[in-house]
This record gives sequence, C-alpha cells and structure tokens, in this order.
Amino acid sequence: MTKSTRTPTGTVDGGPRRARLRGGTRTVPVPLLLPALVGLAFLLLPLIALLVRAPWRDLPEQLTSAEVWQALRLSLVCATSATLLSLLVGVPLAWLLARTEFPGRGLVRALVTLPLVLPPVVGGVALLLAFGRNGVVGQWLDSWFGITLPFTTTGVVLAETFVAMPFLVISVEGTLRAADPRYEEAATTLGASRFTAFRRVTLPLIAPGIAAGAVLAWARALGEFGATITFAGNFPGRTQTMPLAVYLALQNDPAAAIALSLVLLAVSIAVLAGLRDRWMTAS
Amino acid sequence: MTDLDDTAPGRTAPETRDEGLDARLVVDRGSFRLDVALTAAPGDVVALLGPNGAGKTTALRALAGLLPLTDGRLRLDGVRLDRTPPESRPVGVVFQDYLLFPHLTALDNVAFGPRCRGVSKAEARAQAAEWLDRMGLAEHTGAKPRRLSGGQAQRVALARALATRPRLLLLDEPLAALDARTRLEVRAQLRRHLAEFEAVAVLVTHDPLDAMVLADRLVVVEHGRVVQEGGPADIARRPRTDYIAQLVGLNLYRGHADGHTVRLEAGPTIATTEELSGPVFVAFPPAAVTLFRDRPTGASARNLWRCEVAGLETHGDQIRAGLTGELPLAADLTTVAAAELDLHPGAPVWATVKATQTHAYPA
Repeated sequence: MTKSTRTPTGTVDGGPRRARLRGGTRTVPVPLLLPALVGLAFLLLPLIALLVRAPWRDLPEQLTSAEVWQALRLSLVCATSATLLSLLVGVPLAWLLARTEFPGRGLVRALVTLPLVLPPVVGGVALLLAFGRNGVVGQWLDSWFGITLPFTTTGVVLAETFVAMPFLVISVEGTLRAADPRYEEAATTLGASRFTAFRRVTLPLIAPGIAAGAVLAWARALGEFGATITFAGNFPGRTQTMPLAVYLALQNDPAAAIALSLVLLAVSIAVLAGLRDRWMTAS
Repeated sequence: MTDLDDTAPGRTAPETRDEGLDARLVVDRGSFRLDVALTAAPGDVVALLGPNGAGKTTALRALAGLLPLTDGRLRLDGVRLDRTPPESRPVGVVFQDYLLFPHLTALDNVAFGPRCRGVSKAEARAQAAEWLDRMGLAEHTGAKPRRLSGGQAQRVALARALATRPRLLLLDEPLAALDARTRLEVRAQLRRHLAEFEAVAVLVTHDPLDAMVLADRLVVVEHGRVVQEGGPADIARRPRTDYIAQLVGLNLYRGHADGHTVRLEAGPTIATTEELSGPVFVAFPPAAVTLFRDRPTGASARNLWRCEVAGLETHGDQIRAGLTGELPLAADLTTVAAAELDLHPGAPVWATVKATQTHAYPA
C-alpha cells in the first residue's frame, strides 16, 4: 500500500480518495445527529433539573431527618433481601432453562420474563390475589401458619423479588448459555455429580454474570414502586421504601422529595459505576 | 443380541474378558450411525484413527458415558458400564482442548477428581502434587491454566485424568492443540506416560504419526465403521482403503490377481513379485515410480503406463507429481529430475515401477 502511494499516479489517486474516506467517517448525517441530540437532552435535562432545583442549603437538614433514614434503610434492606431471594431461586431456575430440555421450556422461559414487561401495579394486584389474606395461597398461610404477607416488610421483599428476579434469571441464563458446557462434562468424567459440577465448576465460571445480574436486580428492586405500594402499602418504617417516600413527600414537602430523589440518584450512579466494565463497555 | 455378538466373526467362542476393555459401540445420531467394536487388554494403547466426521469423538464420548449407547455393550474389567453414569465410570478423559478449569490452579485441577471421589482435601492435594511432580510440573502447581503453555496444560490435563486412577484412559486428539515444535516434545513425553499406564488407553486422532508413535494398535474408522485394524507397521504396509493409503503415503489399487499379474478394475495390469490369486490390493510408494518423457526402450519394465501430469507440489525436499491417465498415481522425484523432464501440468509422461517395489496382499 505505502509503496503504491509513492508512485506519482498513486499519490494523485490515493491522496484525495483517502481524504474523502476519512471525511466520510467523520461527517454524521444531520437527520441522525439532530434526533440523537434531542434524545440525549431529553434524558439528561430532568437529571440536571433535579440538581439545579435541589435545596442545597437545606439538604443536610433534610437528609438527616429520621424519616429519610428510615426509608433509606428499609429500601436497602428490602432490595438486598429481594436480591438474595432472587439469587437463591433465580440461579437454579436459570440453570434449568439453560442446561436442561423439558417440554414447554420455551413457555416457561416466556413466563419467567413476563414480570419484565408486566406493569408493576398489575404484579402487585396479582400478588395480592395469590398471597393476600384471602389469596389462593395466602388464605392457607394465614389459617395454617398465621402468616400474613401483604402490608408487611416481607411483602415488600416479595413484591420487589417478583419484579426484579427476571432480570437476574435472564442475565444468568445468558451467561450460562455462553459458558462452555463441556467444562461440566469434564467435571463429570472426574467423578463429579451434576450438582457438584455446577457448584464447583459452573458457578465460579459464571460468577461475573451472576454478579452483574444481581446488581441489576438490586437496582430494579430499589426503585420498585407499583407492585410494592399495591401489595405492601405505604406504612412509614414498615413498607415505605424510598420511592414511596419520594412520591408521598412530593405532595406535602417538595423539597424533601427532591432531597430523597438525589439520594436515589446517587445510589443509581454508584451502581452504574460498579457495572461500568460490564455494561458500558460491553457494546 | 449380546449372545449373537459374541459369536460374531473374529470370535471363535463366546468370550468374556475379565480384564481390559470389551465394547461394541452403536450410536445413532440422526443420519449418522456409529458401529465399532473395540477390545483391548490392560496396558494396551489403542488409537482410533480416521478422517474428520468419521465418528471417532462420538466413540470416545460413548466410552466416557457422555453419550448414551443406542445398542451394543461396554464392559471394562468384566463390569458392564452401558448404563453407568459418567461420574461413576472408572474412566479418565483428556479433552482435545484440555478443558482445565480456568478458576482453579493446576494443583486444584488435578485434585478435583480425587476430591469428587471422597478423598480428603489435604490428601487429594498431596496426590495432585505427586502427579504434577511426576509430569515434571512441580514448579507450576500454583499456576492458573491461562498461565501454562500448551505443553504444560496438556500434562496437567493428563495428570488430572490419571489422578482418578482410571481403568480406561481416553485421549481426544491429545496433540492437536499444540504447535509443531511443542508437539514433537509432548508426543515423546506422552508416549512415555502411556507406556507406564497399566490400564487400557484409547486415543483418538486424525494424525497417523501420532497414532503410530503412541499406539500399539490402530483401529481405522471411516463413516462410523472400522475399516482396518492392526499394528502400526502392518497398517502402514498393507493399507486397505484410499484414506489409509493416503495417510501412509502409498499408491493403492484394488484388482484381481492371477499369478504375478494383477488386473485392475479400470483395465491396466500391475506385475508383482507375490504370487496370488483372487481379489487383492497392490501398493507401492510414490518414490518407486520413475518417470520418462519418451517411451523407455528397456525391456525390463513391465509396469509401464502412459500418463499425464495433473499437478505438481513440493513434498519435503522432493516434488510430488500427481498423474492421471492409464493408471492414476503419485510419483516422487527430485527437483532436478523434475526440471530436466520439464514437467508441467498437462505434460505427457511414461511411468514405470519395478515389480520388486510393489507389494500385493489379499483383499
């Protein structure tokens, strides 16, 4: 290539062509650039507005109020519990979907992902019908064990799990499918049962995928609103998580709502920073 | 079914081996059917040799229990294993790309098998260290697989498979993942380790050199069936299919012998020294062929065919000419000879082979 550009004809032909090529990769067509900038602005403006209108002077006072800490603590505890619960049953579920064949697997997979697209409020109603005091399962829980789930902190965890677990399952299943199943075979030939192979070989291999799925599920659980307020209600200290507190505060005390929102924004940014390597550079 | 198999050709009496491997592997995979019989005594190293897609790896996976048998039988040291799950078979596998667990050190990779078989952690690690030491890897016990060279990884994989003390060791293309230089060295080491191994070893390869160096016995598989079986020397000397002939570098023809003359199905005859009758194979090496541009006048060469050069390629320090015509054949000649003969594709030539250079054997 370099040799040909040195010849007189090569320089004449090659020079402008290369310049045009380089220009071509630089110029972004206006019909693409304009909507892209509008989209970007639309995503960023609300966040900027949040920062601009934040009651910075009163912020320390707002954030040190007992209600805020109560809501934040409850949010963190519930989101973490929901994530652990999702891990406990979601990882085996992902394994089942990725590594076994059974009739109706496609349907099961679709049903697992349904909460992803289901309006959370509908999820909350469905949870009430299942685990409510008169629910399909709930009535037995109540009469046999005296367990009541709706409008309790456990109810918050269940609502969040319902909405967040599909994120974990989808993420882990994808990682499992990408992982070489022959490692499990190798473990089997060494005398490992299928469960031992899973525990000692597969699990460590897919750990990054599980971690990413868990963070995603945790973030989703933290922001959960619809299913939570429907199934667990809005009782400060018991079921009032941060998003619920923000919504309530907005009606009485907008400054407090902004302060609470800032806290959630900070948590979200922290999560995003944690996932930086996995999700932002993956594309 | 099994009763019939035991009286199948090649067996004079129903025989149950108490030691070693006795298997007939039948696996149906869609339109492909594998049906091979394998027997081996403890200490034997058997190579399954065949082209890609012949079913070698399928056979290996069936032996390991990773694929179910459609039919047939599998006995190891007198114990039926057909229905035994892979984790309960006394079988060790060295996979083609080794499949060392990337999150474990070399030591823990090797200790994995003993651990799964109930050995305590400390004891398993002690055994693993011993195996790695035997493989000359004492300094690499703490290394993760990605930090090992190809040859080292291969030895760790071998140690891992041997650490479970298998009665059947399976090796899938054990040298395929290595570059040419490492291969030479690893092949020699592997040969030594296989010679020390007291139970049955079955290796799968498409490389005839690997098969001949490493194995005592070759089983050649084509299209899911055994086409030839025997010692390396026997196979190299008496190939029975074009695939094997090509592997061992011989011209091979099938024909009908009548005394010292073999008439080929296509028409031409080949004079041989062996006196045979009936269907036979005739083989001769490409180096035994002499080429002339003009018809040679000497009376001695009875094997004289009119051919045309189809192609030329370098073959080591020689030129290999592919010829078509009366008798399609490969001929080796020196670069100088090729230049003097002015060989080029399309050039007409006369090819001769001395009868003493041919080898005929019953088909």
